[in-house]
Parts: sequence; C-alpha cells; structure tokens
Amino acid sequence: MHLDPVLLSRIQFAMTVGFHFIFPPLSIGLAYFLVLVEWRAWRRNDPVYERMGRFFAKFLALTFAMGVATGITMEFQFGTNWAQYARFVGDIFGAPLAAEAVLSFFLESTFLGLYLFGRGRVSKGAHWFSILMVAVGATLSAFWILVANSWQQTPAGYVFNSETGRAELTSFAAAVFNRSMPIRFLHTMDAAVICGAFLVAGISAYLLLKDKTNEVARRALRIAVVAGFIASVLELFPFGHEHARQIAHQQPAKLAAFEGLFETGPNAPLTLIGIPTETGLIGAVRAPSLLSLLVGMRPDYVVKGLNDFPPDERPPVFLPFMGFHAMVGLGSLFIALTAYGLFQLWRGRLWEDKLYLWGLIMAIPLPVIACQAGWIVAEVGRQPWIVYGLLKTADAVSPRLTGGEVLFSIILFGAVYALLFALYLYLCVTTARRGPETAAGKEAA
Amino acid sequence: MMLDLNTIWFLLVGVLIVGYAILDGFDLGAGVISLFLRDPREKRLCMKAIAPVWDGNEVWLLTAGGALFAAFPPVYAAVFSGFYIAFVLLLVALIFRAVSLEFYGKVDSVRWHYAWGWAFGLGSLVAAILFGVAFGNILRGLPIDSKGEFTGTFLGLLNPYALSVGVLGLAMFIMHGGAYLALKTDGELRERMHSWAMGGWAALAVLYIPVTFFTLTTSPFLFEKLSRNMLFYLALIPLLVSIPCVPAALTGRRYGRAFVASAATIASMIAMAGISLYPMLVPSRLYPSFSLTIYNASSTPLTLKVMFIIAAVGVPVMLVYTAYVYRVFRGIVRHSDEGY
Repeated sequence: MHLDPVLLSRIQFAMTVGFHFIFPPLSIGLAYFLVLVEWRAWRRNDPVYERMGRFFAKFLALTFAMGVATGITMEFQFGTNWAQYARFVGDIFGAPLAAEAVLSFFLESTFLGLYLFGRGRVSKGAHWFSILMVAVGATLSAFWILVANSWQQTPAGYVFNSETGRAELTSFAAAVFNRSMPIRFLHTMDAAVICGAFLVAGISAYLLLKDKTNEVARRALRIAVVAGFIASVLELFPFGHEHARQIAHQQPAKLAAFEGLFETGPNAPLTLIGIPTETGLIGAVRAPSLLSLLVGMRPDYVVKGLNDFPPDERPPVFLPFMGFHAMVGLGSLFIALTAYGLFQLWRGRLWEDKLYLWGLIMAIPLPVIACQAGWIVAEVGRQPWIVYGLLKTADAVSPRLTGGEVLFSIILFGAVYALLFALYLYLCVTTARRGPETAAGKEAA
Repeated sequence: MMLDLNTIWFLLVGVLIVGYAILDGFDLGAGVISLFLRDPREKRLCMKAIAPVWDGNEVWLLTAGGALFAAFPPVYAAVFSGFYIAFVLLLVALIFRAVSLEFYGKVDSVRWHYAWGWAFGLGSLVAAILFGVAFGNILRGLPIDSKGEFTGTFLGLLNPYALSVGVLGLAMFIMHGGAYLALKTDGELRERMHSWAMGGWAALAVLYIPVTFFTLTTSPFLFEKLSRNMLFYLALIPLLVSIPCVPAALTGRRYGRAFVASAATIASMIAMAGISLYPMLVPSRLYPSFSLTIYNASSTPLTLKVMFIIAAVGVPVMLVYTAYVYRVFRGIVRHSDEGY
C-alpha cells in the first residue's frame, strides 16, 4: 500500500489544528467574560461575582491548559511536515508566529498563572489586571495567528525571488494588513465571544435546572444571553457578510465552492440547501439573484462560477459547501436562541423555562462546531493552494518525509487527543456538577 | 566587531534557548525528581512548586521555535523535519507534562493521582533527555545534503555521542531542579532536594570532562578556531567560576545562590557550545560547505530587522512582568497552598 505523505500530512494538520481550535475560542470568550465578572467583583465588592469568578476560572484553566498542550504541536508542525513551505515562505510567515510568541504567548501564560494562583496574594486590582492581560494576550495571539493565516489566503507585501527560489518580504505592514486579515480577525474574535457566551449560558442553565434560585447562575446567564445575542447578530451582519464579500473579490473560486456556483453569470442565485457533487447540486433550493445582490448589491452583478477556473485550480466543492451552510445555519440558530432568551429575560421567566434551559445545555458545543466548520471552509476553500495563487499544497510537504512516519504520528496524536478530549469533557462535567461555592462558603453538593 | 543582524539573531536564538533551559529546565528537573519520591504528597508539592510559572517557562521554547522559523527558515525546516519521530515523541511528552499539572488535583482518587503523577514525571524525563540528545546531534553535525535537507534516520539520531550529551543534560536538569526545589521546600524534604541537587551536580562535573573529550573526537571542527577566539575565554571563565559555586552554595545552605550558580552553569555551557558553532547553526557531516550557517540559511535583512524591532520592544516588557510574577510567588510552597 502506498502511503502518500502529502495526504497524510494534510490529515494530520487538519486533525491537530482542528482539535487545538476547539479550545482557543472558548478560552478567549471565557477570558472576556471573566474580565467583566472580576471587574464587578472588585468594584462592587460583590461576593456573588467573586464566587462566579472562582467558578468559571476553573473552566478557563482547564480549557486553557488544553489549548496550550495542543498548541505546542502547531508551532513546530510547519517544520516537521511542511518543510518546503517553511523554506518558501519562512521569510514572511515565520515573523507573525515569532511575534505571537514574544508579544502574546508570554503575556497570556504568565498572567494566567498570576490570575489562577494569585488570588489573595496580590491586590484585587492587580488580580483583575491579570485576567485583563490574559484576555489581551489571547486576543493578540489570535491577531498574529490570523495574520499568518490571512497571508496564506491573500498574500501581500512580498516578492518572489527566482534566484533564492522563495518569497521575500518587501513590506511588513502590507503583509500584516493584507486584504483578508481585518475582517477575518473581527469575524473570528466575535465567534470566540459566542463560544464563551454559550458555554457560560449552558453551564448556568444546568445549575438553574438544579436550583432556580442560584444567584451566581442567574446573573451569569443574564450576561451570557445579552452578550450572546449581540455577538450573534454582529457575526451575521456585518462580520459574516463582509467576510463573504471580501472572499468574493479576493478568492472568487472559494466563494463559488461555498455557494455551489458552477456557472459564471449575472443574477446568481443564493443556494439555501442542497447536496453538492463535483459537477452540480442535488435537490437545491435557490433564492434567485440573491447572491448577486449580496456580493455586488445589484441583481445583474456577475459572480464568478467554478467554470471560470482551470480544473487544477478549483477547490473541492463538497466540504466548503456543506461547511459554509452549516456555519450560516448555526449562526442563524444562535440569533434565534439568544433572542428568545432575551424575550424570556424581559418577561422574567428565564429562570423557569426548563425546556429552554435544556436547550442551552445542548447548545454548548454548537458554536465550537460552527468555528470548526468556518475553519474547514476557509482552508479547504483555499485548495489546491497552500498560499493562494503562489504555492500549491502538494509542493509544500517535507521532501524526505515518509508516509509511514506520518501515519505513526497520526495514530499517536489521535490516541493522545482522544484520551485528552474524554478527560476534558469528564472534568468539565464534574466541575459543573460541584457548582460554585454557596454563600456559606462551602461547595454545593 | 561584526555584530550584523545575522549575528544578532544568532545571539537572540541563543538567549531564548538559554532562557528555556534555565526556566523550564527546573520544571523538567522537578518532574524527573518527582518520579523518585514515594509520598504522593511530596510529588504534589513538586507540582505545586512550579504550577504558577511552568506555562510561561514553556513559552521560551515556543518563542525559540518561532524565532528560528522567522530568522532561519531553512534550519527550522531541516531540523524539525529531520528530527520528525523524535519531535513527535517530544511533543507528546510535553503534552502529558502540561495536562498532568492541570488534571492532577481535579479528582480526589488515589489511582488518578498515581496516573497523573507518573505522566508528569515521565513526560518531564522524556523531554529532558530528548533535549540533550537533540543538542548532541547538532554538535555532532547532521547529514545535511547540498539542498539543506536532512538525509539521516531516527535511529541515526540515537548515536553514542548524542546519547552521552543526553545523559549530561539530564544531570544538568536534575541539579537545577533540585536547587529550585531546595529553594521552595523546607524541613526533611529540603534535605533530600539538597542531595538531589548535589548528586546532579556531581554527575555533571564527572561527566563533563569525558563528554568534552568525546566531542573533541566526534566534532574536531568545533575546536578549530576556539583557542584564538576571545569570546571562548570569556565564556570559559563564568563556567569555571559557576561550577564550583553550586556545591559551595549548597553546602552553605544558600539555596538562592545555588540556584543562580546552577543557572549560570547552564548558561555558560550553552554559550560555549554556541561560540564553537558560530557562525554555523547546523554543521553538515556530509560536507562542511553544506552546513547551514547564519548567512546561507537566514531570512532577508528586512525580516531580520522587523523581527529585531519586535523582539527589542517585546522581550524587555516580558522580562519585567515575568520577574514580577516570580516575585509574587517567591518563598516556600506549602501543602496547604490552594489551587484555584
């Protein structure tokens, strides 16, 4: 049997990044939630918020540890599996990774230690500052890694040097502020807020189902529903919409794959549902001219279809199409869920609506799934390029790497990650079960 | 003085490696020592002693990797793809080390503590040895071909010389971890940590001379220009001063000084290696001119300049808050110290 190192390396990268990417959005969302909670605990001197901070800090610690443990792999995988990529774009791509480490990893890791272990050792103000620095560090970290990823999508600020056979930096500012970076950053950060809000909402809902008078859970749920609603609305419009428009202009083949648009033309329809094959859609329900309207703001706007690209430069359609529609569908569901929560909050029935509270528990993983879908469509939609228009994925792998070696590492990482994920879920559930400390200072049974 | 950007980045990568070896070095050493402690409460204390800081310490490794990628991409590509299997094992070891610290206290069960205590110790041990072996292989030179590609095998990395450096590194981490734990504990446990630090130091001191001779026969090119290099003597002096300071400070029960002396020993040993490599980053065993140097394997001057500005802004700030956090958590660690 021939083991293809390119395919296996892609599988490994997808698996290790996908698994890693479960945790950072949750950490970022939780960190901002805790910035607010600890601020209130400090400024209002309110013990309810202090208990809330202590309780949710445990989830942050668990989630962050998973992110750190699985993130180490990321920093080195460009070298282990994608050595040609590292050689070809290292002059540009290495810089944001190094900047991420210097400017953000140190910040978030060092202050997380202070936040988790420093309660009582430092003043309340310094303690609040430590969680703020965790959130800022995590945001900077997201910024730099998205700079790197965006550069792969819309490379800028470089020139190809045929003498050295590599891409070389000409303008750092242009490389950093490439066309897709600002909107991708906003879109992803807002997604992190949604992830955090749904995690807090789901855990609070669980506590309220056990005891609807739980004050920590009530206030946490209120914050989560309000923040979740605002973030979910913003995620669809303007962030999601603008991101799709940006893709339509800079990576038209990717948008065509998202929408299952096979023919270029005006009055391009928006596909609501359907199952794509490599040549067409099965059972498609379309809204006429809507895609043209959304992208170009007029119905006769010409949207490029896949037929405009040579066959060896077309992305696969199935994953981008399904992922994109799953993401948009889930995003719409988040607006509906949080809007209903606001309505119940306004009626004063949020704490009693058992069906809704159950729904919130079930909804905890959904924003994470939406993030995974978003990441899959961004990366698969870029194929066959690893750097759009510049370097193909097949030419980026480590030349001497054997399929057997990659298979070994896939199996090892797969087994370790499966174990870690089971333990993470188990520990999250037991932490939620124990609940926050009660007013008397003891943990609720 | 030829302090060009390439040399500055050689120094910066060196500083990051030294920083990692000193800071995460005591974490790894503490992990290795914890393997030999019978009482689970004492194992737990080893973990508590590093709990607030290990995460920040590990970032030095990530930063060194990132800096290597940014400043010397062909080195990053050749070494990490060449050390593929070794790297995968290192990553798994570091993953277990990381999660064991987080998971250990979460469940109140003897078996749970037993399992994560082992994961913590073994993860630290494997990482500690692999770092030394990797370093030994760089000093030995790698089979790098004309395209800058590693042409060896995983088993080839487990050669006697690299393994001997691995053992030397392990002794160094044990000395350093012992000194750190002696600083963070008291009573009878401190006495035993004192012995660990002393034992690690003795092993290091005894092994250092034969391993140096082994280096001389394995990689004579490292010594060619050394006797004419002023910097060599500048690094030799702190090494010769700091090595005897470790047992002297331990005997005098000055654990803070012992830790500093141990850190200085680590720094000067790595500095010696760096000086003898310069300007090479990875010597080629196949043909000297295939070696990856700071000139034939660097990024463009613009990238080096931009990255230097980022480092010049970011590193001093980082050092300030890192020092602050170490200050907050100074002093002896107790069983009663709560987590969060």
